[in-house]
Amino acid sequence: MKVLLLKTAANYLLPLLLLFSVFILLRGHYEPGGGFVGGLIASIAFILHSLANGLDKTKALLKYSPFFFIPIGLSIALASGLIPLFFGYPFMTVMWFDDPFPIIGAVGSALFFDIGVYLVVIGVTLTILFTISESV
Amino acid sequence: MLIAVLSGFLSAFFLLSFGKQLKGILPLVASLLPIALFAYFVSFLPVISSGKTFFYSLEWIPSMGILLDFKVDGLSLLFALLITGIGSLVFLYSSAYMKGHEYIARFYSYLCIFMASMLGLVLSDNLLLLFVFWELTAVSSFFLIGFNNDNEESRKSSLLAWAITGGGGFFLMAGFILIGSITGTYSIQEMLSSADLLKTNTLYGLILCLVFAGAFTKSAQFPFHFWLPGAMKAPTPVSAYLHSATMVKAGIYLLARFTPVLGGHPFWNNTLMIVGGITMLYAAFHSIFRIDLKGILAYSTIAALGILVFLLGIGTHEAFIAAAVFILVHAFYKAGLFLVTGVIDHETGTRDITRLAGLRKVMLPIAIAAGLAALSSAGIPLTFSFISKDLIYEATLSVGNGMVLLTVLAILTNIFLSYSGYLVGIKPFTGKLPEQFKDVHLPSPFMWLPPLFLGACGLVLGLFPSLLDKSLIQSFLSALGSGNTVETLKIWHGLNVVLMLSAVTIVCGITLYLLIKPTEKKLKLIATLDFISPHSVFNFSAKYAKNTAKRFTKFMHNGFLRSYLTKIIFFLVCLIGFYLIKNVDIQFDSQKLTAVSIYEVVIFLMMTIAIFTIVFSASRLVAIISTSVVGYCMCLFFVYYSAPDLAMTQFSIDTLTTVLFVLVLLKLPPYLKVRDRAAQLRDGLLAISFGTLISVIALQVLNEPTNKTISRFYSDNAYLVAKGKNVVNVILVDFRGYDTLVEITVLTIAAIGVYSMLKIKSSEIE
Repeated sequence: MKVLLLKTAANYLLPLLLLFSVFILLRGHYEPGGGFVGGLIASIAFILHSLANGLDKTKALLKYSPFFFIPIGLSIALASGLIPLFFGYPFMTVMWFDDPFPIIGAVGSALFFDIGVYLVVIGVTLTILFTISESV
Repeated sequence: MLIAVLSGFLSAFFLLSFGKQLKGILPLVASLLPIALFAYFVSFLPVISSGKTFFYSLEWIPSMGILLDFKVDGLSLLFALLITGIGSLVFLYSSAYMKGHEYIARFYSYLCIFMASMLGLVLSDNLLLLFVFWELTAVSSFFLIGFNNDNEESRKSSLLAWAITGGGGFFLMAGFILIGSITGTYSIQEMLSSADLLKTNTLYGLILCLVFAGAFTKSAQFPFHFWLPGAMKAPTPVSAYLHSATMVKAGIYLLARFTPVLGGHPFWNNTLMIVGGITMLYAAFHSIFRIDLKGILAYSTIAALGILVFLLGIGTHEAFIAAAVFILVHAFYKAGLFLVTGVIDHETGTRDITRLAGLRKVMLPIAIAAGLAALSSAGIPLTFSFISKDLIYEATLSVGNGMVLLTVLAILTNIFLSYSGYLVGIKPFTGKLPEQFKDVHLPSPFMWLPPLFLGACGLVLGLFPSLLDKSLIQSFLSALGSGNTVETLKIWHGLNVVLMLSAVTIVCGITLYLLIKPTEKKLKLIATLDFISPHSVFNFSAKYAKNTAKRFTKFMHNGFLRSYLTKIIFFLVCLIGFYLIKNVDIQFDSQKLTAVSIYEVVIFLMMTIAIFTIVFSASRLVAIISTSVVGYCMCLFFVYYSAPDLAMTQFSIDTLTTVLFVLVLLKLPPYLKVRDRAAQLRDGLLAISFGTLISVIALQVLNEPTNKTISRFYSDNAYLVAKGKNVVNVILVDFRGYDTLVEITVLTIAAIGVYSMLKIKSSEIE
């Protein structure tokens, strides 16, 4: 399935879609979006790339197996829940930085939790799809 | 106390870990434990016999009423001494019997585990703790019966024993919980005061049945006796220890322990008498037909257990004394006979009674030990069991004149038992020594000293019974709730009915031994009746259950996703449909619905067309794409009803699903036109009814007054508390963040599952 048109488009779409997915992830707290949808969009970006260029190219692009996203994401999500424990709050209490960051806005531990979800979703989706397409 | 109980588990662990280093001296190191424990329990003897009881308590799971409560009284001390005493002998004996065995460390750790659990069982005062140890003895017995695990018969026997005793354990557990919930405590000590409460409760009958089920399966009472002969597949020291002297007596212990709590009711006494009576006669009668030494011993053990149950059932003061003495007597002579059998088997390589003869010439000490045990089992005067036999007759006579039958039962059983005792203890050693056994020699002292010691014990206690009566037997009786004091045990009771009965028994036993010779023919004769035995009934039902399970599994779990879906939806429709029709007043109020807009009509039409395409298309690709059309239409609905988050997610998921489908498309079997009309009709009907069901539910929900407190809480507090404006996301990452954390973990598990299943499968093919 190597169509030139799709290939060219996919090469440009990949960074755009990834950027879009990050955008969706970050705006999640105020507008429709969030880690789950963001992760799905990022996965679609990679899938599109693999459909156009072949699985090997996408894997080379990723460098590491998508499987590694899963533990990293899980740890980030868990850590965001554990951090409040050090400040004497119950597990998974959301804590906020006092001053908002430029561009991103107010940042709390919920954002890191969402980033964890985002990474896990990418990892899971890509692992499943890559495994299936390899074994078939 | 806790250390005494747990030391067995610890040393089992220790032996397994350091077995290699200890190698040769391992059995002796292991034997130190039971000897030390025996000494420890002997030290209790003076205090216990003065009428005191010891309590040890430690909290384990207090919220569930499970405490590490241990109690030492006459009953538990008697058993603890038996366990550690016989245990010491068996541990020493095994050092020679199992010498050079590859898995000797494993063998000793199993024995240690068993000893510890048995000690825990007889010492615990908490019902649930008792149950834990009860099951542990069954587990260790399972491993010991199947110790020769390369032998199929062994594996089968251990499974059978496990099935019977484990099954009984289930009932026992239920019984314990019932008792606990009625009396409000799991402590046996505290239960003593609520005995009347239990006996007047309507559930008393059920509790008795459950407790009996546990005790009878463990103690091999008819009709659950058949696992015990099979358990003889275990190495002989194990049979001597577990399946004769201690573990099978756990049921007896339980019945004795509960006598003051549950006993005294006609139902209790009659059941025990009937079951014990049947068991003792049935098994004693069976034992005279066996030709395998261990087979004979197995059946005579069952008979002995029957006698004990029978005595507990009689429930008089005399019966309790008889039971206490008989427990000891039986442990001495039966363990002795087993150990002798082990020596014979070990040295000659056969246990066939018809081939063994004249062995006294080559192994005199064994012959002496065996003779002592045989005389003991026959109740010849001057042995301890002579006294025990007298006590049994006294007990049956004490019931009253109307119950002559009981005495007759006891006499018959004792005659058969003495016959089988002679068979094992005398027959192999008398007569002419066959040519093939000329080279047989005496084994190491570790093997012949223990049985000799046991035989001597029987004799010494027979001569000086006063060693035990005031100390152990008295406190045993007070544990059973019988207040009277014990008269001194005597050898000579005077010329009375009991003595005459005893003489009759001995004479008949000897006559029987002289008249009947064991042959294979008789064994075959009795085997023809096997088809009505409980064992065959059990085997038949087990086979039937297995076949049914197989067929059921094949039907329910056939590996086709479509069949699973069909079944799930079918049952869902049936159950919910039944509920809706029966309990819900279905109303439909068209007034409440809003007017249909043009968008909705268009989306609806698109969906309908897509669905029809899926159903009637001849190409799989078309069907897949149509499915995603349905999905995308759904997204449009979400958008229209202002649920952008849902729409976005649904959109991405649908895209990915379609990609997934396309990926596996090539691997799928050729499509359509293969299925018959009937199946299509069935699936169509199911789909339509499921759709109708969901629609009805959806419409019904509209009629119910909606509860908006939860959603209002979220929308009110999303910004105030969680500083977010997107309520959906705030719920996901903040209010219900814990759920999300678990969900992504589940996703991870799914990914690992897919990855490992597919990768392992394809790597195997390579």
